[in-house]
Amino acid sequence: MAEIPLLSHRSRSAPLAWRDGEPISALKFLSDVRALSERLPPAGHVLNVCADRYRFAVGLAACLVGGRATLLPPTHTPEVIRQVAVFAPDAVCLTDDARCAIDLPKVYSDADSQAPVTPWEVPAIDARQLAAIVFTSGSTGVPVPHRKTWGRLAACVRRGAERLGLLDGRLHALVGTVPPQHMYGFESTVLLPLQSGNSFAAERPLFPADVAAVLAAAPRPRALISTPVHLRALLATDIELPGVDLIVSATAPLTAEMAATAERRFHAELVEIYGSTETGQIATRRTAATDRWRLWPGVSLDEGDGPTFARGGHLEQRTALCDVVESVGADEFLLHGRMEDMVNIAGKRSSFAYLNHQLNAVPGVVDGAFFLRAGENLAATGVARLAAAVVAPTLTASTLTERLRERIDSAFLPRPLIFVERLPRNSTGKLPRQALEALIAEKG
Amino acid sequence: MSDEASLLMEQAPLADVGLQREIAALFVRALNLEVPAEDIDPDAPLYGEGLGLDSIDILEIALLLSKEYGIQLRADSEQNQQIFRSLRHLAEYVAAHRTK
Repeated sequence: MAEIPLLSHRSRSAPLAWRDGEPISALKFLSDVRALSERLPPAGHVLNVCADRYRFAVGLAACLVGGRATLLPPTHTPEVIRQVAVFAPDAVCLTDDARCAIDLPKVYSDADSQAPVTPWEVPAIDARQLAAIVFTSGSTGVPVPHRKTWGRLAACVRRGAERLGLLDGRLHALVGTVPPQHMYGFESTVLLPLQSGNSFAAERPLFPADVAAVLAAAPRPRALISTPVHLRALLATDIELPGVDLIVSATAPLTAEMAATAERRFHAELVEIYGSTETGQIATRRTAATDRWRLWPGVSLDEGDGPTFARGGHLEQRTALCDVVESVGADEFLLHGRMEDMVNIAGKRSSFAYLNHQLNAVPGVVDGAFFLRAGENLAATGVARLAAAVVAPTLTASTLTERLRERIDSAFLPRPLIFVERLPRNSTGKLPRQALEALIAEKG
Repeated sequence: MSDEASLLMEQAPLADVGLQREIAALFVRALNLEVPAEDIDPDAPLYGEGLGLDSIDILEIALLLSKEYGIQLRADSEQNQQIFRSLRHLAEYVAAHRTK
């Protein structure tokens, strides 16, 4: 497998994407890709922040044909952008937003590029080529890069397409509520349709009425690619939901009950995907029917005393999982929750070590720690927010929150943020959970 | 700024204070906000700085507005920037568009 075609669409007129229900052909896509590739710097790194999924895909493909790597950091706060610029001093920002405030040299993606039509010739990309660098927040304050080659990304999503029944010869339209910059959205709403000859909606609808409208405009068979947070909002509304042929969820486990409700409302099967930035997607389950996850063919788990590792298949090397899992049989496993230091808020992942590092790096903070409250403090949103206790006699809550906002994703901003005279550290410097709970009870 | 937007801004000071309070109380309860409802500045931005809401909250607000007032928010609405400008603007929008 020396080279893998950029896309698997068989004809120039095959729809590759949809916008407002209108098809965008594979040939139009290739023309846009060639035109954009000429406008990007000849090599190096591109931070692709395009909100429109089609323009994101054009940007990704333009990078691939030009030998450039796409950068996908977990968030776009000024602090993270600064770190991206240190990591890749040649980085440019590809954006479709004229008001984009990211502090990097910018290349604008044309809304309606009148790219000259090019011959129908699908580029083949070297499987070993570095396609994307996806960052996790790490634990030391510096984002950790994960290098993804084109061949391994393509192999991963082809397995996924097979597992989701998207290789049955029909043209499926995928409607995603997840951004293309998130690893799940990147794989399931961009790479998967490119590599399976399917199509995707350019829009990224968030509000239930928008999701319903974009779904209704997409031809059938159509799939909804979403998350527990978005599905929950969709199922809680009383608006009429258009029929779909498949629902896909990832980022956090869904309950069997909610999966069954979604299947009834949409008259379609719901398949959950398990994956991570490090491993890519490696397993699925039909949540309403089973709690067992089935691994991708060729992928296996190594269990030991420490973390569980995945290997084989599209994985370049043995890779640690961030969850506690239990193998059942050769190719199935059960999920038993996150490793202790990991945090996942609405599909955004971080670690307490990283968040605490950022909190303590704010000038004026003497000591501070994030924690998750007992009972997980579920809001009506179904999302558990983090709490933080801080010693910062010279700062106000609003000032500290604004400083933090420049450093960490808003999903992790503390609710509540409690000011104390000192943290209840024990003799080893650790913070017992009960002591933190007591603080909340006292101050909250 | 569109005519519609400037119209909304002019109308905003007239917003029903009772409705503002009602919406503020809904937010505090549904979003686990740490501020008491009566302390929410009616003119502070809801998104980002100010009240500090993010996209998870905005989705929840869309749900609340649908359940309580029969309003379906749409992202492509020209008015969206205005709606989330402040509690006062949101209350004004609800007053004008509620169906229950």
